[in-house]
Parts: sequence; C-alpha cells; structure tokens
Amino acid sequence: MNNDASKGFITRRTFGAAVGTLALSAAARAKADTAKAKLKIGVLLPRSGLQALIGQSCQKGADIAPDLIRQRLGVEIEIMNADTESNVDTARSRAERLIGEGAHVLVGAFDSGHTAAVAQVAEQHGVPHIVNIAAAPQITEQGYKFVFRNFPPAPEIGRNGLVLLKDIFAEAKVAPKSAVFMHVNDTFGQSMAKGVAALLPTLSMPFKLLDTIAYDPAAKDLTVEVSKAKATSAELLLLVCRLNDAVVLRREMVKQRWNPMGVVSPGSPGLYEEQFAKALGKHAQYCITNTVWFNPKNGITQAFAAAFKKQFAKDDLSYHGINATYTFDAILTAADAFKRARSTDPKALAEAIRQTNIAATDRVSFGGPIKFNAKGQVEGNRSVVLQNLGGKPTVVLPKDLAQAQLAFPAPKIG
Amino acid sequence: MMRDRRRAMVIGVTAVVLLALPFIASNYVLSVATLVLYMAYVGQAWNVMMGFAGQLSLGHSLYVGLGAYAAAGLFAHYGVGPWAGVWLAIAVCAAAAAIIGFLAFRLRVSGVHLSLLTVAFAELVRIAFDHIDALGGPGGLFLRVAARDRVDLRAFRGPPAMYYYAILALASGALALCAWLLRRRAGYYWRAIREDEVAAQAVGIDTFWWKMRAVVLSGAMTAVAGVFYAFYYNSLFPEQIFSFTRSIEIILGPVIGGLGTLLGPVVGAAALVLLGDGTTEVLARAGFDIPGAKHVVYGVVLLLVTIFLPNGIWPPLARRLGFEAKRL
Amino acid sequence: MPTAAQLANVVISGTLTGTVYGLMALGLSAIFGVIRLVNFAHGELMTLAMYAAVVAFQGLALDPFLTMVVAAALFAGLGYLLQRAFINRFVHRPEHMQMLLMIGLSIIIANLLLIGFGPDARSVQTSYQLDSFELGPILVDKVRVYAAGAAVVATAALAAFFRFTLTGKAIRACADNPLGARVAGLPVAHLYAVTFGIGAASVAVAGCATVSLIDVTPTLGPSYTLLAFVIVIVGGLGSMVGALLGGLLIGISEALAGVLIAPSAKSMVSFGLLIVVLLARPRGLMGGAQR
Repeated sequence: MNNDASKGFITRRTFGAAVGTLALSAAARAKADTAKAKLKIGVLLPRSGLQALIGQSCQKGADIAPDLIRQRLGVEIEIMNADTESNVDTARSRAERLIGEGAHVLVGAFDSGHTAAVAQVAEQHGVPHIVNIAAAPQITEQGYKFVFRNFPPAPEIGRNGLVLLKDIFAEAKVAPKSAVFMHVNDTFGQSMAKGVAALLPTLSMPFKLLDTIAYDPAAKDLTVEVSKAKATSAELLLLVCRLNDAVVLRREMVKQRWNPMGVVSPGSPGLYEEQFAKALGKHAQYCITNTVWFNPKNGITQAFAAAFKKQFAKDDLSYHGINATYTFDAILTAADAFKRARSTDPKALAEAIRQTNIAATDRVSFGGPIKFNAKGQVEGNRSVVLQNLGGKPTVVLPKDLAQAQLAFPAPKIG
Repeated sequence: MMRDRRRAMVIGVTAVVLLALPFIASNYVLSVATLVLYMAYVGQAWNVMMGFAGQLSLGHSLYVGLGAYAAAGLFAHYGVGPWAGVWLAIAVCAAAAAIIGFLAFRLRVSGVHLSLLTVAFAELVRIAFDHIDALGGPGGLFLRVAARDRVDLRAFRGPPAMYYYAILALASGALALCAWLLRRRAGYYWRAIREDEVAAQAVGIDTFWWKMRAVVLSGAMTAVAGVFYAFYYNSLFPEQIFSFTRSIEIILGPVIGGLGTLLGPVVGAAALVLLGDGTTEVLARAGFDIPGAKHVVYGVVLLLVTIFLPNGIWPPLARRLGFEAKRL
Repeated sequence: MPTAAQLANVVISGTLTGTVYGLMALGLSAIFGVIRLVNFAHGELMTLAMYAAVVAFQGLALDPFLTMVVAAALFAGLGYLLQRAFINRFVHRPEHMQMLLMIGLSIIIANLLLIGFGPDARSVQTSYQLDSFELGPILVDKVRVYAAGAAVVATAALAAFFRFTLTGKAIRACADNPLGARVAGLPVAHLYAVTFGIGAASVAVAGCATVSLIDVTPTLGPSYTLLAFVIVIVGGLGSMVGALLGGLLIGISEALAGVLIAPSAKSMVSFGLLIVVLLARPRGLMGGAQR
C-alpha cells in the first residue's frame, strides 16, 4: 500500500466522474426509451422453488405475448423476466431490480404474499403493477394508486364457485343434503374460507354444512382430517386446496373408502392439475373445480391457443388454462394502455390503465370487460365448472362452453 | 505505526463508503447493502448469546418474529408508530428470552438440548401465530405503504435511503454497544464465565444472572431487528418469520465471520450476501438458471469454515488488515 | 366427539406411523448415543433414502420394500465411509461445531437434491398403495401395516445385534465408557464407523418404508431431523427401547391431538412434549443417568 492510495480513493475527481457517468447514462436511457417506443414489461414469476411448476406455466403465457400482441395490437413490447424463487424477499428485490433496469410496468407474481410485496415496491416507486394471478383481497384494499388486478379476489372466486354449485345440482337433477368443507390453512385457503363462510348462509343451498376442517398445507399425513370429515357422513366434500395436499387428501379418501357424491372445489388449484392426474390415476376422475378459465369462443383466445400450440407443442393448454391465459391478459392490458398513452412514463401509463376498457370478447380469460374500478380491481370475471374427465380437465358448465357432460354424483371408480 | 495508519485508512474508507452509499449506488445495490447490514445486526445480536453466554440458539427467529409482530400489530390496529411499538417488542422478547434463559440455566439444559429447546419454542410460537387471526394468521399481516418521496419518520416510511441509514445506525450501534460492554466489568465477567464457569463461580460471580443478562440482551436486540423488518418489508408471515430456516440464516453470518468476535457477524453477513448474489450472477451470465446453487455454496462455505477456520474468516482477515480480531 | 371406531382408526394409524418414527429415531439414538455426534443431517439421510426408492421405482420398477434391503446395505457402507473418512475428525470438537458441521452438510445435501430432482413432490405408485384392510368398522391402511412390519423387523434385528453379537457389545461398551473402551483396546474409530453405518441403514429402511406413504421433496429433511431428536430425547438417550417408545408416543399423541383438539395443531404436540420432557425429566422416559 503506497502513500498515494492512503489519501483515499474516493477523491473529488472520481466522485465527480461517477456522478457524471450516472447522469449521462440516465439521460441516455431516457432517450433510448422514446426512440425505440417499446414497452418494457417486468414479469415476476416463481420459476424456481416450491411454486416453480405454476410459475413456469404462467411463463408460457408471457412467452407467446410479444408476437401475438404485435399482431393484434400493433404494439412492441419487451418482456423482462425475473424469478421470484417462490420467496418473498427475492420477489421484492427482483422487483426493485427490474424497476432499476428500466421496466415501465410490472406484471406478477402469482403468490399473494409475493404479489403484495411487489405491489408495495411498485407503489413506492410509482410504477404500475398489473397483477396476473393472486387472490388475497388485501392486495386491492390498500388504497394503492399504482396496483391493478385482473383476477377475482378470493371472496369473489368463492361466490362464483358456490353459485355454480347450484348450477351443478340443477344440471344433475340431484342435490346433496349435507356437506363438509375442508380447506388448506394458508393465505389463500383462509381468504376462501372466510368468503365461503360469509356467503353460504345467503345463498340458500340445498345442503347443510356439517363441519369445517382446516389443515396444514405442508401436512404429509391427513389421516385424522379425512377421518373427521368422513365421520360427518356428509354427502358432498367442498375442498379448497393446493396441489400437494390435494394429492395427499384424495389418496387418504381412497384408503378410508370415503366416496361422497362429489369432491368439489369452489375455486382453488390442485384437483385439475396435471400432477394430480399423474399421481392419482383413475382416482383423479370426476373431481370438480369451479374456477376462472379462458373463453374458448373468443377470436383472441383461438389465436392464443394456436400460438401456444405452435410454441409448446408437447403441452396441453387445458393444463395451463388459468396460468398462461391470465398472465397473457395482464400483459395485454399493459400493452393496450401503452397504445393509448403513447408514452412509457409510469404516471401516464397508470392513468391509461385506469381508463382501460377491453371488451369481453377481446380478452383470452373468461369474464366481462377488463375495466378497473376505483380500487384497481376488475369485476365480473367468471368461473366455469371444470371436471376431470378422460384424464383431463374438461369444461362441463356453463352449457355454451361445455366440452362434455357433467358426471354428478360421481360414479364409483372401479 | 504502519498498522495504525492502515487501520485508520480502512476504517475511514469503509465509513465514507457506507455513509455515501445512497448517493453513489443504485437502488438495487442499496437494497443489497440494507440486507447485509440487517443480517449483520441480527447476527451481532445473536452473537451476544453465543459469545457472552456460550449457548447456541437455533431458534432466534422467535425474537425477530415476536418483535416484528408486536410493533406491526400496534401499527396496523392502533396506528401506534414504531418508535413506541419498539418498546413493546423489546419487552415481549426480553420476557421470552428470560423464560428460555431461566429454563436453560436454572434447570441446567445445555448444549444440544438447549439448542433444541430454542427450536421447539420458535416452532410452537410459529404454529401459535398461524392461529392468531387478529394478526393475520397464516395469511399474513400487511402494513400500508406510502410513496417513497416523503420521509415520514413517525411512521418510519420513506425512501430506501432512510431505511439504509436506520439499519446502518442500528448495526453500528450494536457494534459500539458490544465493544463498550467488553471493556466494562460485564465483559470481564462474561469472558470469565466462558473460559471456566466453575472458577468464575468460585471467584464470586453470579454466573446464573450474568448468563441471563446475556440472553435477555440478545433477545432484546433481536427484537429491534424484528421491528425494522416489519416496517421495511411491510408484510409478515408466521411460516417465514419464525421458520427454522430463518434461524439458520441468522447464525450463518456470525459463524462464518467468526463466532464470538466483535466484527465477525458483520464480515460474515457481507461475505454471505455477496457470495450468494455473486453465485447467482455468475451462473446467470454463464446461462445457467440453477435454483439451489446459491445454497449449496452456502453449505460448502459453512462446511469449509467449520473444518478449516473454526474461528471464522474474520480473524485471519483482520490480521491481514492490521487489526486484532477482538473476541467477545 | 369422535366415535370409538374413529378413535380406534386414528390410534391404530398413529401407532403404525409411530413404529416407523421409532426406527428413524433409533438410527439417531445410535449415532447420538454412541458417537455423541449431533447429527443434524439425519433428516437429509432419510430424504436421500426416499429419493433412492423413487429412482429405483421409476427406473427399475422396484417396489420400495425391495429397494429397502439394497438401500440398507448401501447406506450402511456409505455411512461407514462417511464417518471413518470425514466425520471422525469432529467427534471431539465442541458440540456447537458438530451441529454447524452437520447443518452445513444438510444444506448441501438438500440443495443438491433440489438441483437434481427439482422442488416438486415425487412419489411411487404401487398397485396396493391405496388399499386397506377391513376389520369391521376399522380400516387399516395396507402400506402402513407393511411399513410398520418392516420397522419392527429392522428394530428387532438391531436389538439382536446389539445384544448378542460381539461387535454390538463392543459398541455398547464404547457408548458407556469411551475411555475405558480405548484402554481395553477396542478399535473405537472402526466401531464408531459401524455405528454410523447402522444408523444410516436404519434411516434407509425407514425412508423406503415411508416413501409409499409420503411424497418426497428436497425440503423434508429438517422436520424429520427435529422429529428424530425430539423422539430420542423424549425416549431417553442411549436407550433403544426408549427410541421406539418415544416414536410410538409421538405417533399416537399426534394422532390423538389431531382428532381431539385440532388437526392443524398436530405439530405442536411433539414440540410441546419436547419442552415438557427437557424441563421435567431431561433424561427422558427410559434414559439412564446423564453423563
């Protein structure tokens, strides 16, 4: 170490040089943005960690977005991918990073906890954040100005799901007289449980709810829970679950020889997923999920399906029916706002997003128009009744979208 | 003479860089630095229990969680700011630490049994908080955030620089506190107890009370980390904040940096965060996206340090830089 | 209130699960009790065994109960090598160093598994996996019965080994009096390695038995490690019967707590029990005097 170095290396000259460089690069970046007129969308998804499979499923929707949006909207977008690693802290720091690297809009992040963290970062920076999938109601109840969500919050999913139950009973011309409600005890499960508990009495269901059983999402052994549920002799199992516990639970049901009229989820992942079918084989049959879905009759959906098939030949869209489509729609919303705002300035984009009005026939996901209310929430997203038939999730209701006939009560599985 | 010059230079440069960081670094680097300082602070707090009382706590996430929830709960439900909330946090954690300390030292639970006891307490509290709906249950407790352009000290909201300076102050304060304690009677007693408890007792030191003080101090300091955590991250989930994995993360810094040394936790925290991010970067540049690679590196480093440098990486590094690694 | 049949079902299920827990804890009891090694990687060994069974099933269509035999031998050998070549140097280091060493090892194993297998649950799908034996109103899960059977056989074999063979007795001597054993000329390093091998083999059997019941993910390790420690401490260090009893106690009390209190509070039982035992009777149910 010689004497010069001991004078300290952050001299005024180097400091000035550093500041100057930073200023110049910022200016250069700003210039570059308007020159290329490309919307940079930071997409935050769990591509690794516990939720990797779902994140990768969502990613497929993002991957086919740029070309499809160029075709249909004539707008150039650039997707900046970031992996939240299924971890809240990583989600937050990646969001910071994306914004630092020039993302104009953020989309993500599937998990409610991660989404809330990303929303906070977006709000603090004043960068618009469009939530693709996340059901916790709090996300749009914080009074944030820059957070938007085109996905129904858990209570709405629950309500739609419960209302569809009546449609199921009407179609099957038979209704159970009793039911037991089991739900996973995490963010999502709790929101759904609260929603169901509040709504059930107001909907005059033909069945009586005998018991509500919460279980640990990480539980490897659900013997006790299932035996409790079976002991109620309920005719219907209402289930809010996630993939892993759905597998454990269904297995336990088979072991304990419990065959209610139906296993119905008013709106949760698990029962319709590919891994569930793989793990349970024939025992996955006839499970029903009332869930948001895509609208196969829209022109844009057909274009989406074609692009999906082209890029992911080995994958069946029905296993990505929610994840890929809702993620695409979030990106579509951002692009649409960009087209109207004609600027990448975050405030202008946010304002344009607030004015969004995409017709029900111009979105891939199933619902009314994409229009944000004062809280930044889209209302009117609809659910379908999805039943595992022939080894695949199949739409059975509403009738105009049905691909097959509903099987309720569930026939005995040989 | 040369050593003193070198020392002064290193300290001076570090201080300047740390103080000027928000002006010379991007938000991303600032957030990394904040994380490093946070881990350094919490590692320092943990180190008090290990270094002063000689007990390996594998459940320190308990204090982070309790402190965080205490302050966040007050803020979310009653609008009480963190400056008042932190006192409740400290009180709750001091009480919890006192209970654990009492059980440990009065009932002579030590070594691996004590470590397991700390884990058991953390796990119990985690499961308990999953059932407390008023604090969000498993769904989590969310605090409202505001735009970062304004500094609202009362509610501790503001731009990232504010949080950075806060944690810098905390980490420096912890360091100063530990250094100060070392020079006082407390430090001598603790060192005596660590070297030979029986002899210390024979000399008349009330080892039980001094060990208790160390444990309670550790818990109280960690409580403040919890409060910072709550207001920086703005969302708390029992599954995460009380988890065993978090407890392990807390101890990695001090262990790798140097168990029982003053600057060990700081050096260790910096090394780990830089290593982790560095690994991810290098892999990303090489085109690999390997989740888990970062943690394999952590495990390998932990292994190597435990085998070859059981006193941590700070002592040899300190010698190079002209310091003497002060032991607690 | 649950019916008698429901209680019976749950208690039987808990007992069967408890025997497998007991076998896993037995492995740790041997390692911790004899070598005094705080094996924080115990759960990862179990996870490794479960993955081995999955691979054997998917690649060679081997039933996990068959893989069990091969895995036991393999793990015994690997355990021996691991102890002899590596861990033996740390046997005399301070306890917290051992814990840290094994924690480091566990982090490496768990994340290598993550890199190799991905985070999703893996399972075997044997044909009899979802069958049950029916005894009146009682339904007993077939796989649980087989698993418990394997656990009981393995435990009996271990008991016989420690009781009747020369090596087993030598190992017990090492555990009772390490200095005396050395003075008597026993090859302590070799015996320690055999013990670790045995511990690893027990975990291998327990893992292969469990994989038909529980899907394996890379992050299963810590919960099994903690469970094993709880059982060993509750049952009493150095007592094989204690480990078994501890396993049964935990298995049954978890099941009962689930049905009588609340299913989501099941996991509190083992930790609560640990705290109670540590404070009231630190040597555990069957433990001898603490050294």
